[in-house]
Amino acid sequence: MAEMLSGADMLVRALQDEGVEYLFGYPGGAALHIYDAIFKQQKVEHILVRHEQAAAHMADGYARATGRPGVVLVTSGPGATNTITGIATAHMDSTPIVVISGQVPTDQLGTDAFQETDMVGVSRPVVKHSFLVRNAAEIPMAVKKAFYIAASGRPGPVVIDVPKDATDPNAKFEYAYPKDVAMRSYNPVAHGHSGQIRAAVKLLLAAKRPVIYSGGGVVQGDAAEALTAIARRLDYPVTNTLMGLGGFPGTDRRFLGMLGLHGTFEANLAMHHADVIFAVGARFDDRVTNNPAKFCPDAKFIHLDVDPASISKIIPADIPIVGAAAPALTGMLGRLETELERNPDAIDRDAIDAWWRRIDGWRRRFGLDHDQRARGDAPLLPQQVVQAVYRATRGEAYVTADVGQHQMFAAQYYLFDEPRRWINSGGLGTMGFGLPAAMGAQFAFPDAQVVCVTGEGSFMMNMQELSTCMQYALPIKIINLNNQALGMVKQWQDMQYGGRHSHSTYKDALPDFVALAASFGHAGFRVDTLPELEAVVAEIFSDKYKDRLVFLDAWIDPDEHVYPMAIKGGAMNEMVLTRNGGPAPPP
Amino acid sequence: MSARRIIAVLLENEAGALSRIIGLFAQRNYNIESLTVAPTEDETLSRLTLTTCGDESTIEQVTKQLNKLIEVVKVVDLTDGDHIERELMLVKVRAEGAQRPEIKRVADIFRGQIVDLTPDAYTVQLTGPSEKLDAFIRAIGRAAVLEVARSGVSGIGRGDAMMRL
Repeated sequence: MAEMLSGADMLVRALQDEGVEYLFGYPGGAALHIYDAIFKQQKVEHILVRHEQAAAHMADGYARATGRPGVVLVTSGPGATNTITGIATAHMDSTPIVVISGQVPTDQLGTDAFQETDMVGVSRPVVKHSFLVRNAAEIPMAVKKAFYIAASGRPGPVVIDVPKDATDPNAKFEYAYPKDVAMRSYNPVAHGHSGQIRAAVKLLLAAKRPVIYSGGGVVQGDAAEALTAIARRLDYPVTNTLMGLGGFPGTDRRFLGMLGLHGTFEANLAMHHADVIFAVGARFDDRVTNNPAKFCPDAKFIHLDVDPASISKIIPADIPIVGAAAPALTGMLGRLETELERNPDAIDRDAIDAWWRRIDGWRRRFGLDHDQRARGDAPLLPQQVVQAVYRATRGEAYVTADVGQHQMFAAQYYLFDEPRRWINSGGLGTMGFGLPAAMGAQFAFPDAQVVCVTGEGSFMMNMQELSTCMQYALPIKIINLNNQALGMVKQWQDMQYGGRHSHSTYKDALPDFVALAASFGHAGFRVDTLPELEAVVAEIFSDKYKDRLVFLDAWIDPDEHVYPMAIKGGAMNEMVLTRNGGPAPPP
Repeated sequence: MSARRIIAVLLENEAGALSRIIGLFAQRNYNIESLTVAPTEDETLSRLTLTTCGDESTIEQVTKQLNKLIEVVKVVDLTDGDHIERELMLVKVRAEGAQRPEIKRVADIFRGQIVDLTPDAYTVQLTGPSEKLDAFIRAIGRAAVLEVARSGVSGIGRGDAMMRL
């Protein structure tokens, strides 16, 4: 005899059956039947946020840290629309989240009812897929499909919009959670085509100036191990995109650092001069390629991606491989071993050694540390703060970032040896992402060290979540690189608008962040000189604050810029390296 | 090189599926010249034909992005092979006095049928490739055309080429 459940109970039960640990949400009229169903069970823990945008970022942070979909529950109208920025963030970075939104009852749909918004319509351009549940009986299959779609192929956000009448506690239906799901219109490719893999291995082995360029697909696709094995077997250099950091160990000597707009000198030059570029789970974003017409003029491209639409979208691929990163790379590794067994001299070692000497030369001359100068009275530099945090956490923390200069400094100076440790809004560039994303990661791993590197501008976009951190006792460490300005905007205004700082400062209008943190029951510190830095950072990461949220307000040099910086419209070898240094000397 | 393309799409016959296709074109700045859609003999599927134009890489992106939509089951660029293209037009034409036989003659030449009439006007039904319909309007003269309703292009591959699941 099948179990009879209401729509609300079915929804919560389906989440349980899907193995959901946390629901990040905020109640409201259209979602109240669902909230009542949550009240009556213990398996799925609901986390009450302070703003629905933050709920979406928390689910996203959870998903990025674990690889499992993060789940959001909100009400209709403003509850739903507040999640849109979070959904768009997840969409741009291909992370699996499932957003369940309450909706007005079916008979009121389209009548401009109280708190009615066409959520499926509003979210359509920024979701992988969405469902509008028409009646309660559809709920189990909608949930099953939503999780399947969100997490498979190129992951992404899925919305389930649930009209209130579909969750009526008095209307009961037979409940059975589908064991599996098959969709004739959705069959993501797993293994890459073996012929393409053979061709790719052949081209890789013949390379004289190779670069492996890997992105978020390697992290999201759990392919870091396979990628690392290939790079080490070949002894080829690896660069990561902003989304791909941790996909290859940051402390490995083969790692060139991040590439692109604020990439390292050596990564960008290696790309520019490469003869073979193996792109894995990367999409040739404009922040990487700069001017596509001048991009890597000598290179042949192998492009492996789970999304066929990403291949040859910006840069035509010579050898396209459609496939999930992990199985395709494992296939490639096998093929590589076979080839090397047959012909141990397949790689032109002299050419590769010469290539490494060139790369190491670039690295020595203009590695990232070039800009680590101490000025006369030495104001604290943001890079020094990130490096101190890196040392204090032994490079093992989950680090989230907001968006702006601090994000780039964190990406450049915190070296990630493991995937899923670096969590940032790379594609959409969402200020306000950092703190809630850190909360999602901390919920996923309660005992792990979670650090949010932020700036005061970004932090103030979602700082209401300090209250949520208080409620759930989240021991996040917030490192606020406070330059009293919207630093990246200001940097562009310095470089491109004659130093006219149009609406990028609010110097006399900042809160006392130490007192602000204290008002939520958290610990706060302030630091503004290098000599104090090490001690303060050591203290906040000591056992004394193991169980508390600590807010470090680091007052840094407000005039610091992020370098290197690509020259707009240029090739990858065209960069500005220092504030007064002008363009890089041609290598 | 920008060329006109006719793309046929089989999609799940579900609420909201069409809006995703139209939204995709708007969002990605692709152009739609015409679009027709109706259920197929299999009522769970709709068939949509759209005409668009763009260079080769744009069209490649259009078909890839269409394929990415979860409700899209199959996408075929009919212009890749031999195909038949038809459009239906209903056109109301001023037809008074001495013009009436002349309009009728032009309609006959284009194998059109007069499907309705008033003392001052004919309604002509015409099918064919889009250029033929354009040519009819030129032949009648724009001044005589009172109202036009065109269906948009529908298309199918020639010979044994079949678009099915």
